[in-house]
Amino acid sequence: MVDLEYLKMSPWGKFWFNFKSFFKRLPSSFVAFFKAIPKKLYKLWLAFAGIFINIGKAAKDGDWKTRTSFGIMGFGLLARKQYLKGILYLVFEILFVLYMVFFGWKYLAQMGTLGVMGQVEEWDPALGAYVTKVYDNSLLILLYSLLTIFIMVAFVYMWYQNVKGNLLSQQFTEAHLALPTSKDDIKSYANENYHKTLLSIPLLGLVIFTILPTFFMIFIAFTNYGPGHSPTVNPFHWSGFDNFSSVIVGGISADGKEFAITFREILLWTIIWAFFATFTNYVLGMVVAILINKKGVKFKKLWRTILVMTIAIPQFVSLMFMSQLLADQGLINSLLMNWGWISKPIPFLTDGTVARITVIIVNVWVGIPYSMLICTGILMNIPADLYESARIDGAGPVKAYMKITLPYMLHVTTPYLITQFIGNLNNFNIIFLLTGGNPPLDVSGSTGGQTDLLITWLYKLTVSDGQYAVASVIGIFTFIVVAVLSLVLYNRSKSVKNEEEFM
Amino acid sequence: MEKQKYASKKGRERLSLAVIYTILILISLVWLIPFFLIVILSLRGEAAGMSAGYIFPKEWSFKNYITLFTETQFLRWYGNTLLVSLVVTIFQTIIVLMTSYALSRLRFKMRKPLMNLMLILGMFPGFLSMTAVYFILDSMHFTNVIGLILVYSASSAMQYYICKGFFDTIPKSLDEAARIDGASRHTVFFKIILPLAKPIIIYTILTAFIAPWGEYMFSSLIVGTGSMDNYTVAVGMWKWLENPQLRTAYFPVFCAAAVIVSIPITALFIWLQRYYVEGVTGGSVKG
Repeated sequence: MVDLEYLKMSPWGKFWFNFKSFFKRLPSSFVAFFKAIPKKLYKLWLAFAGIFINIGKAAKDGDWKTRTSFGIMGFGLLARKQYLKGILYLVFEILFVLYMVFFGWKYLAQMGTLGVMGQVEEWDPALGAYVTKVYDNSLLILLYSLLTIFIMVAFVYMWYQNVKGNLLSQQFTEAHLALPTSKDDIKSYANENYHKTLLSIPLLGLVIFTILPTFFMIFIAFTNYGPGHSPTVNPFHWSGFDNFSSVIVGGISADGKEFAITFREILLWTIIWAFFATFTNYVLGMVVAILINKKGVKFKKLWRTILVMTIAIPQFVSLMFMSQLLADQGLINSLLMNWGWISKPIPFLTDGTVARITVIIVNVWVGIPYSMLICTGILMNIPADLYESARIDGAGPVKAYMKITLPYMLHVTTPYLITQFIGNLNNFNIIFLLTGGNPPLDVSGSTGGQTDLLITWLYKLTVSDGQYAVASVIGIFTFIVVAVLSLVLYNRSKSVKNEEEFM
Repeated sequence: MEKQKYASKKGRERLSLAVIYTILILISLVWLIPFFLIVILSLRGEAAGMSAGYIFPKEWSFKNYITLFTETQFLRWYGNTLLVSLVVTIFQTIIVLMTSYALSRLRFKMRKPLMNLMLILGMFPGFLSMTAVYFILDSMHFTNVIGLILVYSASSAMQYYICKGFFDTIPKSLDEAARIDGASRHTVFFKIILPLAKPIIIYTILTAFIAPWGEYMFSSLIVGTGSMDNYTVAVGMWKWLENPQLRTAYFPVFCAAAVIVSIPITALFIWLQRYYVEGVTGGSVKG
């Protein structure tokens, strides 16, 4: 394709061309992605090697003060009168050693077994009765040993910073430069180190409540933590890839549960759902936005406010109410029966196919106000003379829509569409509050439902079935699905952006 | 001839406007009827279930509201939720502003890796980590309002995206001018950026405040397994309808509670609508 030919295409044609070429390029971009991995690994290796080079330099060039700080952190700094930094390093080291000796070590040592002895009835001579004693709690062992590993990593980082800092301070002294005083150090946290000031609290929250738990659950996927193993009564163990194989390969487990077919069914429905939910919302939201924005329509603000109001009402209120309205004995069915329009209830939420259609339609009801807002903002930015010239050329409203509005919108809102799509893959509220994932799948031993998404199934596996290990595997697969799809989609939105600006 | 064409064109436009108005009125009805129904059903005085098949009550009364406030723990749940939203709003706003400013304006080595890390973390289903979080909170006896506040606030940093997009649009020359005059990064943030960021601050406050009212997934796990005193409105109201035996009796009370929950939030939302629209449209377009 020559550039000139590309430029001559209509906007719609350009979009179609990009769309096609994206899928044509898909295999090669996958290959490129994997080809880039060795390069990235090499870069990582260089960075890694840099650390050792620096440490080696400190060991070779350092004077006794710097070398002492290898063992006693912050020693060189204290000796060169950088008291604040020096004391902080020293305190950190002491705390770390105390933590490891009194707490971290005993959990880390048990990480290999995750505990051998659970709850035991023991004769207590003092009380003269049997008492229950809990020895090993696998959950706590895993959790605290992970925490210990995190803290060890942090310590190694701090130790490296300490070595670098000590060497720097030595070099400053040798070059007869003024060392930054403690006051300067504090001041730097409002300037060149300001990012550390700002980000320390948000990152701490992220590490404790997101990163550590995520790692924890990834590890859980490799254990047999499930209904048969309560962490205190009967410790769970490492079980390798057993859970992965029961989700991929299948078969009915010892306690009569089935996961593989359920997983496939739910994964398929999740992707179908995400596609339709995103597509219907987007198109219909755009139509509503166009109607409201049409020249001559009055009370624009009123129409918009009516729709926006529904965003404000808490989702669980509107969705649970909807589920009651649509139930077999609900208001809609009983009204229709009273009026004699139907003789038996329409199974809005109890028949698999009907329920799937219902959730998509209700999702339209929930989602249109939001996509309408997005589209309104963009519609106002389309230059009016485009429409004017289209009208002069004899294009009707439908043609103008297909040739101008839609391509423009698609061009500008691709990132939004992608985030919506990804969001819908994990749209817990709509499904769970409306159908609860029901009706159940027609698979024996399965805990999934016909409208279940991966996320709602994950929820049910955790909260009601106690299948923690399998739930973790599902979580990891959900991550893989989302990651692959967003990698592919974002790549494409970037390529669209870089290739050409609209018009 | 000319005149006739003009007239017919005007007629056509009028027709199309009429069609549009009809559609818009229909849409408004579809969107408003459920809420209208909630209000009507909450005023039903007689004890007839949903399957009774009529809309307007035979006996109008505030009985359900009285039941709601005297016989259920709704007021307590309402207080819990309000407390959670207020505290989370403060924490989340501060955290989002700090993160966004750092990622938008400051250049440091870990900036790109950090943004990638948050992108990847966002791809994990949030609920996956909740089991572990529950055990952490449980071991500290925080499976109550405090735990919920911690959970909602702790992941706030990942919502930096829209706010950073806004900061990116503030011209850098403003910062530079102030830096030349000797202002520190800190001063620039507080004296220059924050005053300009009013719309996005209001947007952040609004979304942070509303979120806990509609959130069920996390709250049901953290507070939903313990004492009823710790429930939020979402968890408590869900429990009313979860049990088929309770459902018929509690449904009118549920409607009353829904009205009480929705009115203040909706009012707040309509009042600050402009900022919400600005935030949503601004944030979605810049990719």
